[in-house]
Amino acid sequence: MNEPMTPSMIAFSPALRILPEILMTLTGVLVMLVEAVLKPRTSRKPLGIVAILGTLAAIAASVYQLFLPAGTAFFGTVQSDAFSVFFHLVIGCIVLVTLLISLDYFEGHTSFVGEYYALILFGATGMMLMTCSVELLMVFISLEISSISTYILAGYRKRSATSPEASIKYFLLGSFATAFFLYGIALCFGATGSTNLYEIAKGVADGASPLLLTVAFGMMLIGLGFKVSLAPFHVWTPDVYEGAPAPVVGLMSTAPKAAAFAVLLRIAYGAFGTAIHIWMPLVWIMAVLSMTIGNLGALTQRNVKRMLAYSSIAHAGYLLVAFTALAPMGIAAASFYTAAYAAMNVGAFGIISYLSGYNEARTSLSDFAGIARRHPVAAAAFAVFLISLIGIPFTAGFFGKFYVFTAAINSGNAWLAVLGLLNSGVAAFYYLRLLAQMYMVPVEPPREADTAHARPAFILAMAILVLAVFALGIFPGRILDLARAGAATFSGPANAASQTVPVALLRR
Amino acid sequence: MTPSLYLWLLPLFPLAGFAINGILGRRLPKAAVSAVALLFPAAAFVQVLWIVARAHQGLALPYLERFATPWIAVTGFHANFSFLLDQLTLVMLLVVTGVGLVIHLYSVGYMAAEDGYWRFFSYMNLFLFFMLTLVLAANFLLMFVGWEGVGLVSYLLIGFYYTKDSAANAGKKAFIVNRIGDFGFLLAMFLLIAHFGTLSFREVFANISAHPDLQGGFLTAIALLLLLGATGKSAQIPLYVWLPDAMEGPTPVSALIHAATMVTAGVYMLARAHVLFGRSPLALAIVAIIGAATAFFAATIGVLQTDIKRVLAYSTISQLGYMFLACGVAAYSMGIFHLVTHAFFKALLFLAAGSVIHALGGEQDMRKMGGLRKKLPVTFWTMTAAVFAISGLFPFAGFFSKDAILAATFETPGEKILWAVGLVTAGLTSFYMFRLWYMTFFGSPRYDESSAGHGEHGPHGVHESPWAMLLPLVILGILSLAGGWIGWPAALGGHDWIAHFLDPVFTSASNAQLVVPSAADFRLERILAGVSMLVALFGWWLADLMYRRKPQLADSAEQKTRPLYTPIWNKYWVDEMYGAVIVRPILALSRNLLGRGVETGIIDGANTAMTATASGASSGIRRMQSGNIRSYAGWLAAGAAAVLIVALYLSHSF
Amino acid sequence: MTVPIVWYLVLSAALFSIGVCGFLIKRNIITIFMSIELMLNAVNLAFVTFANHWHQVSGQIFVFFVMVVAAAEAAVGLAIIISLFRSRNTLNVDQIDLMKL
Repeated sequence: MNEPMTPSMIAFSPALRILPEILMTLTGVLVMLVEAVLKPRTSRKPLGIVAILGTLAAIAASVYQLFLPAGTAFFGTVQSDAFSVFFHLVIGCIVLVTLLISLDYFEGHTSFVGEYYALILFGATGMMLMTCSVELLMVFISLEISSISTYILAGYRKRSATSPEASIKYFLLGSFATAFFLYGIALCFGATGSTNLYEIAKGVADGASPLLLTVAFGMMLIGLGFKVSLAPFHVWTPDVYEGAPAPVVGLMSTAPKAAAFAVLLRIAYGAFGTAIHIWMPLVWIMAVLSMTIGNLGALTQRNVKRMLAYSSIAHAGYLLVAFTALAPMGIAAASFYTAAYAAMNVGAFGIISYLSGYNEARTSLSDFAGIARRHPVAAAAFAVFLISLIGIPFTAGFFGKFYVFTAAINSGNAWLAVLGLLNSGVAAFYYLRLLAQMYMVPVEPPREADTAHARPAFILAMAILVLAVFALGIFPGRILDLARAGAATFSGPANAASQTVPVALLRR
Repeated sequence: MTPSLYLWLLPLFPLAGFAINGILGRRLPKAAVSAVALLFPAAAFVQVLWIVARAHQGLALPYLERFATPWIAVTGFHANFSFLLDQLTLVMLLVVTGVGLVIHLYSVGYMAAEDGYWRFFSYMNLFLFFMLTLVLAANFLLMFVGWEGVGLVSYLLIGFYYTKDSAANAGKKAFIVNRIGDFGFLLAMFLLIAHFGTLSFREVFANISAHPDLQGGFLTAIALLLLLGATGKSAQIPLYVWLPDAMEGPTPVSALIHAATMVTAGVYMLARAHVLFGRSPLALAIVAIIGAATAFFAATIGVLQTDIKRVLAYSTISQLGYMFLACGVAAYSMGIFHLVTHAFFKALLFLAAGSVIHALGGEQDMRKMGGLRKKLPVTFWTMTAAVFAISGLFPFAGFFSKDAILAATFETPGEKILWAVGLVTAGLTSFYMFRLWYMTFFGSPRYDESSAGHGEHGPHGVHESPWAMLLPLVILGILSLAGGWIGWPAALGGHDWIAHFLDPVFTSASNAQLVVPSAADFRLERILAGVSMLVALFGWWLADLMYRRKPQLADSAEQKTRPLYTPIWNKYWVDEMYGAVIVRPILALSRNLLGRGVETGIIDGANTAMTATASGASSGIRRMQSGNIRSYAGWLAAGAAAVLIVALYLSHSF
Repeated sequence: MTVPIVWYLVLSAALFSIGVCGFLIKRNIITIFMSIELMLNAVNLAFVTFANHWHQVSGQIFVFFVMVVAAAEAAVGLAIIISLFRSRNTLNVDQIDLMKL
């Protein structure tokens, strides 16, 4: 690569660039091996704890990467910079919380839970790798690593009727979309002779085969649009979210989306930055469609999981609004929104996993009637997440939306912001309906014994998330700075190497 | 370097009260809950008094206190976490903490027998926290935080009686309608950021003042969007529909949130942004028109209501209209003056009505009251003070503030029609308030003595309320009488103290107030005062005639004015119209999208018997979520084709 | 003798489209799965074509990666299909629509 070689760059091994991924993989392998040795009836909790420790190590490694000067490794396929670290941290935290939620979830219901932990770790490896890939083939492989793991995870409640159905739907449609993505890569390669994002950027700037590149971008947008459930590629979302186990839904509605959005940011702003006139209207249309379809769809849902599935489509739309803003601010806003959205959505599904039990017999709106009386603390936490999803000030959701729409207006996309605000007005309605169910409907005696009682790990996870929701809403400064530092890396590969903002940021 | 006023402490007091009662309240004894609930607002009130004393000793205002700098900094804009104290804030602080404290005291008596006592007080304290944040905020963003927060608490408190379906629906309605207003507020903020790069009041207004050439244009857009926000919060046309329904909440809530403080936030915001509005004559004119129109329409609806709290709700909307009118003619200090006196007498009206309802075991229908004068003497006399005050009878508080607004409107060139509307409204106000007075306290008892006193509210018969409830009534009664004297106009031999006090905030807005009034102006003002007094007396006389001396007259009047009566009785069908024009289409869209029926009970008010059948055109969309993988793949492929076609089209068109 | 590059690309696009159509038309999950494999192989053809065009061996290496990934996908996919067959006793996609709307 044509980077300036400074002495400090030679001093460390390229493996440090993917240290978090290495740690995750090793932990995953370890968990798998131990799982095979353990007796079938013994508790798998220790494995879960090992997985949690591994995730913590990976998070620490990501933070460590901030101190490295940004740069590429392994023949220019991966690049660790503030941007990748930001998403590493988001994904790492999601995985950590998901592991905490799952620690007692499968206990006594399914054997061989060690596989579950390993799959989460492997999936997370793929997602993390996606965010630091600057080479489309690398993106494809890591995308598949993350997808294949989530296909299996979606069907992990093997005995229920809906879970395998969710799995097969996700799998078939996901593979279908991946084929489009791969075709896009091939066309990119055909147009520019390379799959490296920086090389492609040069080709795009030079105006090499615009037709081929246009189709290539369209194809890749289709594949990634599916992963983040943007309309019109959202159809799978409600079914899969309904069928998959709630902790897994919390994970797969946030972490892979964060990773796919990171890739989309890298492709759109990094590789196709000079062809903005082509993808801007596309993104514009998809943002409006996603927001509208998501919110209108959620409006009449009776199943809480499906309702949140539609809401996640709408949130992907809000996030896409940030894409239409100009480079640094739009990227920072989109990055911040993924973090904010992750905190509240993982929390919401975590609470559902707790309240509706392993069999998920209680997921309809009426099952949540009077929950505030029976589970006051869980209801309060759920209320916090829902309020954040509505976008009330002092919560992550408000600030995320505020930032996104500010970015859009600053870039002259006032109409998009208007549509987004109108949509979030409609959205308040269905979240509020759930809130009203919990707090304002007289208590009915539960149909069956409500045995749910919170374990320490679960309580810890929820506490982390509630704190995160408030921290991102009240004191977003630190995270914002990191998101902005990440956005700054897009000014080009040469600048990325000399960029030292993150370190200064940590010392502040 | 001014010494610190510890402004940050002010909102933290009620927040602490909220936290203690919210977390521990369930286990605490009732006395402890009340103590916590009263102590923290009291502490806040004491601090406000201390600040007033400091201000009296010559503290330099405005005073700014920063905590986090920058709180939020993103490309092109930053905001601080900072509080601003000036004369306007000080007045608002006194009203919020003072009236708030009194109403808390009242609630201790009123809510004594209710379930969820601790929950109620934790919400009330939370409300004070957000309201103080709103008032103290030094920038639009922090103000919006408080703005949304009070809306949220209002929602929680309206739906406090969650066993009642209507209460839950009313809460939802309030929240949703306010979201529309917030939408305007948010957009205004985005425009401010785009044009000024800051949301700080000081910087934005300094920026506007520094550019005299900035007139209309985007400033009008911002002003109108802010106005949309204000109409939502302050229940003005077109967004007033939520306030009458909000009366489903407990009466102290109606008094504190839906009469004295929260609903006046819109007026406060207009006054705060006066520099902006000053540059947009169009926006100001619209404010004035909205204010006058709302005042009038709400008053007409109030004339026929029979639920005592709903009469007061419409009267609140109407009085807020007066405040808007004042802002619209750039008489901001008059608007704030009316805000203050209104807080006194309207809070009193609600609390007294609560006392009546309490005495009658929950009865709110005025047709089932009557003759309560002897049974509830304290309530009667304090209520009388409030009725006189709101009707604008000299020398009660409402007389001064209302008269000041009408005089300011009259003196504004080209606004004579608005003045006339305001005057007629004053007559209507007097009429429906005395109607309420007569129906409740005079004539023969129409309530059922045997059932009234029983139930949760008391063991035997109709009885006066406990002292915890009566003391606030007396305090507010005195304020309703004397509270207006702070604005005793110079024309009547006073000093017009409040206007002078607020002058430093508003002088930059309108030069009108700088003009030294001449003797002729004084004469005109005296004549105007006399006219509005006469109109108020006429309303009283009419009410006296129709509801005391010749009750049959009311019925015959109803018969004779049928074409006029029907629309007013149905509140001009506004709720139904909104249901048909906005709510139904959205729901229909959602249903057609998914191809499933809409459950009943989703929307309050709107007729849930949805008649619209899915049209043929929507059947394609209906299949979108068929559950079939192949059809999903079909959608994916179709979407893919669409994306590619659009992309190719775009690449060719450039 | 040289075949123009366009011919390969058209063939690749045609194969891809056939894969898409197969996915839409077929009812058996295994057949649908094979359609996806066909789509991937169409992409492989495009890769090889472009590798030849640019005289770069990397394009051909990609094909190996894609094949590996496809194999992994096949392994997981078949496992999921078996799990589904156990609970539903059918491989007809039209009968897998418990969740809808």
